[in-house]
Amino acid sequence: MADLVVARKEGLFCVPGQFYIDPWQPVERAVITHAHADHARPGHAHYLAALPGAAILKLRLGDINLDTLAYCERLSHNGVTISLHPAGHVLGSAQVRLEYKGEVWVVSGDYKLEPDGTCDAFETVPCDTFITESTFGLPIYRWQPASAIFKDISEWWRRNAEQGRPSVLFCYAFGKAQRILSGIDSTIGPIICHGAAETLNRIYRKGGISLPATLSVSDVNHKSGFREALVIAPPSAAGSPWMRRFGEHSDAFASGWMLLRGARRRRGVDRGFVLSDHADWPGLMRAITATGAQRVIVTHGHVDVMVRWLQENSLNASAFETEYGTDEEDNTAANEAIAFKESHA
Amino acid sequence: MRDFARLYNELDATTATLGKLDALKRYFSHAQPANAAWAVYFLAGGKPRQTVSTKFLRQFSTEMSGIPEWLFDECYQAVGDLAETIAHILPPPSHEINISLANWMEERIIPLRNETPEKTREALFSYWNELETQERFVLIKLISGAFRVGVSKLLVVRALSELTGLDVKIIAQRMMGWTDSALQPSAERYKLLTAAQSEFEHANKGGQPYPFFLAHPLQANPQADPQMLGDIRQWLVEWKYDGIRAQLVQRGGQSWLWSRGEDLITDRFPEVSGISLPDGTVLDGEILVWKNDGPASFAELQKRIGRKTVSSRILNEFPAVFIAFDLLEQGGHDIRHLVQSERRKRLEDVVLNINAPGLILSPLIETPDWHMLGIMRDSSRSRAVEGMMLKSVSAQYGIGRTRESGIWWKWKIDPYTVDAVLVYAQKGHGRRASLYTDYTFAVWDSGLQGERKLVPFAKAYSGLTDREIAQVDAVIRRTTVEKFGPVRSVTPTMVFEIGFEGIARSARHRAGVAVRFPRMLRIRDDKKVDEADTLETLKLMLPDPSQKAVDPSA
Repeated sequence: MADLVVARKEGLFCVPGQFYIDPWQPVERAVITHAHADHARPGHAHYLAALPGAAILKLRLGDINLDTLAYCERLSHNGVTISLHPAGHVLGSAQVRLEYKGEVWVVSGDYKLEPDGTCDAFETVPCDTFITESTFGLPIYRWQPASAIFKDISEWWRRNAEQGRPSVLFCYAFGKAQRILSGIDSTIGPIICHGAAETLNRIYRKGGISLPATLSVSDVNHKSGFREALVIAPPSAAGSPWMRRFGEHSDAFASGWMLLRGARRRRGVDRGFVLSDHADWPGLMRAITATGAQRVIVTHGHVDVMVRWLQENSLNASAFETEYGTDEEDNTAANEAIAFKESHA
Repeated sequence: MRDFARLYNELDATTATLGKLDALKRYFSHAQPANAAWAVYFLAGGKPRQTVSTKFLRQFSTEMSGIPEWLFDECYQAVGDLAETIAHILPPPSHEINISLANWMEERIIPLRNETPEKTREALFSYWNELETQERFVLIKLISGAFRVGVSKLLVVRALSELTGLDVKIIAQRMMGWTDSALQPSAERYKLLTAAQSEFEHANKGGQPYPFFLAHPLQANPQADPQMLGDIRQWLVEWKYDGIRAQLVQRGGQSWLWSRGEDLITDRFPEVSGISLPDGTVLDGEILVWKNDGPASFAELQKRIGRKTVSSRILNEFPAVFIAFDLLEQGGHDIRHLVQSERRKRLEDVVLNINAPGLILSPLIETPDWHMLGIMRDSSRSRAVEGMMLKSVSAQYGIGRTRESGIWWKWKIDPYTVDAVLVYAQKGHGRRASLYTDYTFAVWDSGLQGERKLVPFAKAYSGLTDREIAQVDAVIRRTTVEKFGPVRSVTPTMVFEIGFEGIARSARHRAGVAVRFPRMLRIRDDKKVDEADTLETLKLMLPDPSQKAVDPSA
């Protein structure tokens, strides 16, 4: 049987269904796995996405023609049965399950296995062919449980607060910021969010996700009000005039890339917290095995490494070339442009 | 070990000097003397011999991780540091223990040196299995003799001085030679290092040198144009030699020769350490290979540096001398507090009373004004020197690159420059891992049929800002032609101005020349690849072999 999904210049294409998944060029029909900028692009005629992510997609892409599916709900299009399943990456993120004439393919989008309180937990979807991301597809990447990282962040914050200096934590405004908010000990002091993150906090709260109370900088009348605060800001805020109000402060960056010393030092912050919304190496391997797929197609990240490793472990593995950000940093520029727009909206 | 790993982490994480100082003080205030002794050793730059070869470290860690070698290589390329790669690929520890740094070194790490591969493998598997990632990383750095962290020795001295209340100069003096591999750190030595000052302080010196006084670059300081230095008579001016800075110590009938890196090099330069000085004398100066009454190229000195024992053939072919420019101890008395002009006068007396062919007094350059001095400086290259040293006549001999006790300026000549094309790139290490930061540059040459082709002549990795590196990295990824392991060849599109300090013929380099200290001065966005310089231009910079170096003392 011919392949259900192929890579075209516009994006991943479901041949019998005649629609694309996360295409990078404008197309007629697009199924969107999640609202990060490299996966959800503007300009498609019809969008289909998971219901919990609808509000964020509309915030980012404006008045688009969007249909939604609840997780696991089925829809038939040109004989292909489409359903969306939680990917555990950010609010509304989905794996796309495609079934045609008894054959099942799953496109993972971005995913993370460890459950967190801000989105539905990753679900294993059995399939014949699994198209997986590989952002952290090297065995050096092995995450500690997020609870340990939240404890570290809280301790760092507490120590700074005791010394009367603000703790500025840089992280992506969509997903990571909310995960941190929901994970840390919010009793240490006030939490201040940059507008880019706060816009998304509001959507998360509306979606029933419980987040601690947050302030915006304008809620604080005097500089001294920042002294015991945790400030959540997108990486683009670093070095901007917005930062001046905090005076002498400690800064940190939360990302999976902070695992490596070189990346930490390049970032030039006091602390790097290793917290990722992607699967680590053991996670990728566990997810792939659990699907029971005999065939695996690897996209964005350490593609060559994963393909070779899977082949050596007796799987039929190959690669799709895509234009998704190959790492979180690539996404940053696009996401930050959006974050800027959102915070100034 | 856990405390030391934490200290490493803190020192590595912050760029603020005060933060580092605090971390050091916290560590030393709690550390047991035996552990503190080893910590001082490593922080001050001590490098013990590697106890397990890199090959075995790689092999055993891939075996323990159950990953193939190619996957290890992929990881290494992403991380850019061997110890860090190993620390991350190993499976999580099954249990954790905390053994002191001194125990690690003395009972576990150093004994590995003489172990069979089987025993080493067994030991490493068990060590790795009881440490978390950060401790593993430090352990592997200690084993591989590659421990390095961003603190200066002077900062360690400062921390100990603030903890003990002892003067910085005392600690600095006591710490001289601390990292010499012949002496193992011990609790006793640490206690002596931090003990209250005794009146016998100077009697315990043995062969210890003094902390070296270092010069500040003149060009880097816009306020310090030589014209701004005031009356030229307030300055002693000498040539700046391109050799090995060293102190020659004579005490108790014995002599020691120390390099600036505080390595004992007495046996490597017997003709220098054999100079017989009066007892209780310490000279500061420069070791050079001397030929035809002038300094030979640094390349010739390099033939001596690496050799622990020297044959008489080498001694004849590359004879070394000591150019003395300062006197630090006379008659057993530390005279570093005397002003430069006084020390110079005494130095002249000492040197002139010794008739040793290997000892040369660094000549003073006297000109009536700064303008004339500038003209003299332009002749540096033909004299095979790097420029000039300007020393305030009232300067005491300070410690390190300080200026409280008076100042030394180094006024170097501008580097040679050439516009070259970037042809290969390789990922950097450490902070620059995963970015293309190490470049190979080429100039144009004519091929056999007269066609123009690019010939690589130098590698450089310094001189760009982080922002520029990011730009160049992006272009490299876009213009990659081929990958050979970690190296990429690119379509030539970028021209850089390359600076270097010296140039010599070399049969080992494809271009037929080798340059010294090449670095990027700037990106030449304004130049097209075709406009880069030619190999011929480069060769015109070669010193004329028919003309021997002019004796700088002439």
